[in-house]
Amino acid sequence: MRKEPVKVKEKEASARGANFDEVVLGYSEEEALQEASRCLQCKNPACISGCPVGINIKKFIYEVTKKDYKSAYFTIREKNDFPSICGRVCPAEYQCRKACVLTKKGEPFASEQAINIHFLERFVGDYGVKNNLEIPVEKDAKFANFKVAVVGSGPAGLCCAGELARRGIKVVIFESLHKSGGVLRYGIPPFRLPRDILDYEIDYLKKLGVEIVPNTIVGKAITLEELFADGYSCVFLGLGAGVPAFLGVEGENFCNIYSVNEFLTRVNLMSAYKFPEFHTPVNVGKNIVVIGGGNTAMDAARAALRLQKMQGIPVNTTIIYRRTEIEMPARRLEIEHAREEGIKFEFLVQPTGFSGDEKGFVKKIRALRCRLGEPDASGRRRPVPIEGSEFEMDCDLAVIAIGLSANQVLTSATPQLKTDKYFDVVVDPNNMETSMKRVFAGGDIVGGEGTVIEAMGMAKTASNAIVVRISE
Amino acid sequence: MKILAKEVLTENSGVKVTKLEILAGLVAKKARPGQFVVLMVSEKGERIPLTVVDTDINKGSITVIVQEAGFTTKLLGKLKAGDSLYALTGPLGHATEIKNYGKVILIGGGVGIAEIYPVAKALKEAGNYVEVILGARTKGLLILEQEMRSVSDKLHILTDDGSYGEKGFTTTALENLLKAGKYDLVYAVGPIPMMKRVAMVTKNFSVKTIVSLNALMVDATGMCGGCRVNVGGKAKFSCVDGPEFDAELVDWEGLEKRNRVYIEQEKHICNLYKI
Repeated sequence: MRKEPVKVKEKEASARGANFDEVVLGYSEEEALQEASRCLQCKNPACISGCPVGINIKKFIYEVTKKDYKSAYFTIREKNDFPSICGRVCPAEYQCRKACVLTKKGEPFASEQAINIHFLERFVGDYGVKNNLEIPVEKDAKFANFKVAVVGSGPAGLCCAGELARRGIKVVIFESLHKSGGVLRYGIPPFRLPRDILDYEIDYLKKLGVEIVPNTIVGKAITLEELFADGYSCVFLGLGAGVPAFLGVEGENFCNIYSVNEFLTRVNLMSAYKFPEFHTPVNVGKNIVVIGGGNTAMDAARAALRLQKMQGIPVNTTIIYRRTEIEMPARRLEIEHAREEGIKFEFLVQPTGFSGDEKGFVKKIRALRCRLGEPDASGRRRPVPIEGSEFEMDCDLAVIAIGLSANQVLTSATPQLKTDKYFDVVVDPNNMETSMKRVFAGGDIVGGEGTVIEAMGMAKTASNAIVVRISE
Repeated sequence: MKILAKEVLTENSGVKVTKLEILAGLVAKKARPGQFVVLMVSEKGERIPLTVVDTDINKGSITVIVQEAGFTTKLLGKLKAGDSLYALTGPLGHATEIKNYGKVILIGGGVGIAEIYPVAKALKEAGNYVEVILGARTKGLLILEQEMRSVSDKLHILTDDGSYGEKGFTTTALENLLKAGKYDLVYAVGPIPMMKRVAMVTKNFSVKTIVSLNALMVDATGMCGGCRVNVGGKAKFSCVDGPEFDAELVDWEGLEKRNRVYIEQEKHICNLYKI
C-alpha cells in the first residue's frame, strides 16, 4: 500500500498571530526519513525537469533515506546555493512537486500525494546550516587578480557572488539599502523566512571573502563606467523588480493606502512591528483590505493580521482578488495559512476607487464584481467586470499588491544598457550578458517578477559566463 | 558617515536648526544642487531624507541642515562631532537643471533657506541674475543670511513679526517683484503653505515655478511609493521623479495630509523617549 504523505509540523493557527515567529516548523529526522521513503526513485525522474535549476532531487532524496544528510546537502548545493531559503519560499507545487509522478495528470498544481520535496530540501538545508557544512572551495589561483562587482544583494546577487567567490574571484556586492538580502529581507516576512537563516547565508558569503558595501546606489553614487575604471572585470546586475504598481483608480493617494512594498518594507526591513523600540511606524487599520493574489499579497495580509492582533484590534483583514482562488499566483500553502489565520477572501472583485475623510484617510473601497471570461495572454481566464455590480466595503487601511516592475535608477543613468518596453534589462539568455560588454544581469530585472529559485538559476548561468569571460 | 562638525545655527522660540558636516566621500563627489541623501541615526532608526546643502570634495564631506522638529531629527541633533551615523545613502533624486535662465527669484522659508542655498549658488555661477527672498518667523530664526547674500544679486528679508527686514510674507514680496519686472524662473522651498501660496502667486504671471517637495520616504529609491504625490493628475514619486516639480501642478492638500499620516506615532515616540 502506498504510504501517506508526511504532514509538516506547523505552529497552531491560534498560537500564531501576535508575533512574527516562523509558522512552518519543518520535518524532524524521523519525518524526513518517512517522507523520503515515499519517493519512488523513478528511472526517469520528472521532478528534476520541474526544478528551475535542475537539482538532482532523486539523488538527494535517496541520500536522505540513507541518512547521509551531508551528501544530500552537497547534492542540492551543486545546483542551489541556498537550500534552507528555497526550501521555505519555493512554490514547489508549481515546480518540482507538480512534475512529480505522484501528481495526477492535468492538475493545476501538485497533488497532495506528490513527494514533499520542498520540506525535504528545507530539512537538508537546515541540517547544513546547523552543522556548518561548507561547500568545498575550488579557488583557482588564475582568478586571484580579478574582481567582480555585483549590484544588489537579493537572491540573484547573493547567488552570483557565492558562485564566483567559491572559485577564488574577489566579489564586492553594492547594496542600496542599509541591510543586505534584497527582497528576502524587505519583502518576505520573518514568519516565512526567519532572519537567522538569511543572516547565516549572508555571513557564509562573507566568510568566502565576499565584501558587501551597503548604502551605495550604483547609477547614482557610482556608475558602471567607474566600476570598470576601478578595476572590476565584470559587473552582475541583480537589481530586482522594485517599483510597485498602483491601481490607477480614484482616491488612491489617501493616507493609509500603501503599496505592498512600502507596507512590507516598513514591517520587515524597518521592523515597524516593533515600534517604538524601532523608530519606523506603520499604521494598522480596523478593516484592512489587501488587493492582489500573489505571495506578496498573502505576506502583507498575514503581516497586517498580526499587527491587528499585536494591537488588540479584532481581526478583520480581507484579501480581494479579481479572479478566483485557482488563478491566484500565490503558493497554495500561503493561501492555506492565510485562511487558517483568519484572513477573509473576496474573489472576483475589482477595485474601482477609494473614498476618505476630511483628514485625508481612506474610509471605504469601491469595487465591481466580476465573472471569468476568456483566457488572456497569461493563460488565465480574464476577469470581466459585471455592470451595475458596484459595492462598497469599509476600509481604513489598504495594501495594493498587484505587481512590481523594474527599478530604473541604474538603467536610466546608463543609456548604453538596452532595456525592453517594461524597462527590464535585455540579455542574451545563453549567458545573461547585457548589451554592454562584461555587464551581466539576472533575477527580476530580467523578464520581470519571478521566483527566488529562478533568479538564482539566472545568476548561476551568469556566474559561469563571467568565469569564462575572465578566463579569456 | 562620521560627523566631522556640528553647529547649532539657531535656537529660538522652540525652533532649533542644526548644521552637520558628514563624511560621505562618494556622495560628496556626485551630489549636485537639488539632490538629497537618506540617513539613519541608529540601527533601529528611521530613514529620513535631507537635502545636500554643500559638498567638499577634498574632505569628502557633505553638509546637511536640519530643523529638529520630529523624533528622528531631534535624535540626529543629539549627535556630536566625532559620532557616526548608522547609514547614509545618496545622492538621490534629480538634480536641479542649472543653466542661464536670465533673471531668477529664489524663495526660502524657514529651514527651506538651507535648501535653496546650493541652487542659488549654482544659478549665480551659471550667470543668472539672482534675486533672493528669505522668510522667517522672527529675526532669531533666520539662517544663512551671509551665505545667501554672497550668492545673490539682491536679497530681500521678511519676518512675520517685523523684527528684522520687512514685516510680512515672502509671497507678498514675490508678488511685488513679479509686478515690477519680468523674471524667467521662480524656485521655492519652505513649509507647504508657503510653497502653495507661491504657486498661487506665480500662476498669474506665467513664470516657470519649481518647488522641492519634502514628502515622507522610506527607501527613497522608487521602491515603496510612500512619497507619491499627485502632480498634474498623475501619481509621482518625490524620490525618483522629483524632488522638484512644477509648482502649479502639485496637489498641495494631498501632500499636506500624507505628511501628517504618522503624527500620532510621532507624538507617542517623542513622549516615550522624552525627546
